[in-house]
Amino acid sequence: MIFKKFSIENKKARDLIPQAITVLALLSVIIYFATNAQINMGNRGISFGFGFLNQEASFDITFSMIEYDGSHSYGRAFLVGLLNTILVSAIGIFFATIAGVIVGVSRLSDNYLIAKVAEWYVEIFRNIPLILQIFFWYFAALRALPLPENGINFNDISFLTIKGWYVPKFIWTNFNIFLLSVIAAFVAIYFINSYATKQREQFGKQLPTATISLSTLILLPLITFLFLGVSLTFEYPVLKQLSPTVYTYEGGVSIIPELIALALALSMYTATFIAENVRAGILGVSKGQKEAAASIGLTKNQILKLVVMPQALRIIIPPTTNQYLNLTKNSSLAAAIAYPDIVLVFAGTALMQTGRAIEIISITMLTYLTLSISISIFMNWYNKKMAIKEK
Amino acid sequence: MNLISRPSKENLKSYLPVGITLFSLSFVDVFVNAFFNYNLLGFFPSQISYFSPLIFGFIGLYLIRIEFSGIRFLDILNRNINSNNFNALLTLLTVFIIIKSIPPLLNWFILDANFLGNSKDDCTGDGACWVFIKVWFNRFMYGLYPDAEQWRINTAFLILFIIVGVSFFVSAKLKKYFILFLVFVYPFLGIELISGGSFGLKYVETAAWGGLSLTFIISAFAILFCFPIGVFLALGRRSSLPAIRYVSIGFIELWRGVPLITVLFMSAVMFPMFLPDGTFIDKLIRVLIAITLFEAAYMAEVVRGGLQALPKGQYEAARSLGMGYWKMNLLIILPQALKLVIPGIANTLLALVKDTPLIFVVGLMELAGMIGLAKTNPKWLGMAMEGYVFAGLVFWIICYAMSRYSQNLEKKLSTER
Repeated sequence: MIFKKFSIENKKARDLIPQAITVLALLSVIIYFATNAQINMGNRGISFGFGFLNQEASFDITFSMIEYDGSHSYGRAFLVGLLNTILVSAIGIFFATIAGVIVGVSRLSDNYLIAKVAEWYVEIFRNIPLILQIFFWYFAALRALPLPENGINFNDISFLTIKGWYVPKFIWTNFNIFLLSVIAAFVAIYFINSYATKQREQFGKQLPTATISLSTLILLPLITFLFLGVSLTFEYPVLKQLSPTVYTYEGGVSIIPELIALALALSMYTATFIAENVRAGILGVSKGQKEAAASIGLTKNQILKLVVMPQALRIIIPPTTNQYLNLTKNSSLAAAIAYPDIVLVFAGTALMQTGRAIEIISITMLTYLTLSISISIFMNWYNKKMAIKEK
Repeated sequence: MNLISRPSKENLKSYLPVGITLFSLSFVDVFVNAFFNYNLLGFFPSQISYFSPLIFGFIGLYLIRIEFSGIRFLDILNRNINSNNFNALLTLLTVFIIIKSIPPLLNWFILDANFLGNSKDDCTGDGACWVFIKVWFNRFMYGLYPDAEQWRINTAFLILFIIVGVSFFVSAKLKKYFILFLVFVYPFLGIELISGGSFGLKYVETAAWGGLSLTFIISAFAILFCFPIGVFLALGRRSSLPAIRYVSIGFIELWRGVPLITVLFMSAVMFPMFLPDGTFIDKLIRVLIAITLFEAAYMAEVVRGGLQALPKGQYEAARSLGMGYWKMNLLIILPQALKLVIPGIANTLLALVKDTPLIFVVGLMELAGMIGLAKTNPKWLGMAMEGYVFAGLVFWIICYAMSRYSQNLEKKLSTER
């Protein structure tokens, strides 16, 4: 009996051996690396810890959304980088979605020319490495723009120059009241929609939800402008001469060329993948569904809204979320053109100054990891929610 | 003779000529304007003149939109580009934009471009300076590899192409040995040839490697290693043994959750801290390990998709034949699963090739990196456009060919179920 317990025929023992080997191997690698790291850091006279985050950073960042200068801490620099990463990702996601949907729908157009142009757009931009596209926009295309004094003038409101794109600055009074009204509008729209769905499902009544929602979204913020003291003025950029040959713009907001190049390349590249998802999603809804919907007397808009889109979206959204995640990770290529994102600011400059490779790389990787895992948790939740509806 | 009736078969005779004339007029106007810079319809006021081709073309297309005209060509045309007003407008805009953009592109690429000469001063035209590419071509292909030794890279790739080429024409049995040679012998032979140091070959340090050949070397090795690792991780993730499953999940999700650039940073600055003091691992090898592990995680997820798609009956059938775990997976499950996910595997490999330029973060320079170096050369300033267009074209050809090949493979291997 006792021999059988440890013999190779016993399934439990047989299962235990490979697992034990794996765990032991993993542990020994970790211990080996950790010991070496401790010795190495001891030799260099640094000890592991995150206290450096409170030290003065003493380097400048070219573009920051929050107040920052060299006297702030490394922790603050990290925050600046993180916000810049989020900014460029958000811009990229916004434009990639719009372009992706347009191109994806165009690929299914019954117009041969449009379908072909869309197909070649996808084939061209998908097959060129993103980093080359970023380099192209930054070093080649945007460098061909004129100097500030001859900047491309959009009606005296905005100027496109080699030093960036100068756009008007929004100056709000009582901005929080306006923001609250927008949030209130969205909450109202949510309740209107759920009420309309109830009405439709219980009594078969159709409410003009689109019109009501749109008017709510316009009316509520408008009321704040008229009665609650919200106002908006613009500060336009104005050309200013610094010296006989050097010009610059004053006022307004300057969008740096690094941001333009990065956002442009990211959205054009990711749009090709989103376009393919959209195409697959629309093709994935079987023709019979549309015909069945038409045969029970739904209008063309109702078919699109109630039958095609819900089914197509279920196919489109999961891979598209993945693309958003890819875009966010790809935004780290910013380091190649010196856009101050989290990799350049933190894993680049801060690491060079402090020499704390392990801490800084870990924080950077953990930040991206948190982002990825939270998005995949959201995706799993979404898939589950969608799966329940399927009967 | 009702002139305002809708175009139909009855009034085809009067509408068709007018429609075709108007459409052709708009087309010729844009064409002449774009290629010869002459405005045919310039006698109109400038505001109208600008939109005149669009207006004329639109009316023309409206007039020839005749359903079931009985003329085959017209029917095909109408169905494909002219099915309604909106489509007609889109067609016109697309055609006009394409015609308008041909001359400047043609001028820049060929007509005004410079092909002859050896320095920047020879570039006198307004177009592209292809002299830049010509002069730096060697560097773009081989990096800083010594000129006298470049035959070694050529030989290595030549051997590869010959083996791959020959293996297409030999019998299936011989093909197996060719593939085994390619996977287990050739990589070490090729690396030995390129790096040198023995057999009387001069040693060339990896820092001098670069250009497009480095892209190929890194891609080839990463593909070679990431594929088996990916398969093992996928099997591990679906294993019934908890420890192995969780280690696999952790490994896969860790790499998939971070951008490659941070992984390369890690291999450059953090990894040396984990090794005993004084140990030095070559930069290229560190990068190769990083890229391989990174892509292996993606490969694992692709393979797992294939494993999950297989019906349970395949596993049960294999088990009932008395096959063990490895026999079952190698002979029954993996061949079917891998065939299912060929597009996914191809996409991962494509992503790998497209990711190779990122090695600039550790100071290695493949094609894009060499162009970055060349364009900052004081003698060749302002050549970024030419350089990146060239690199984009090269990468596009490689990636497009790969994606086409995978599509063909998918068709060839697809078995009807």
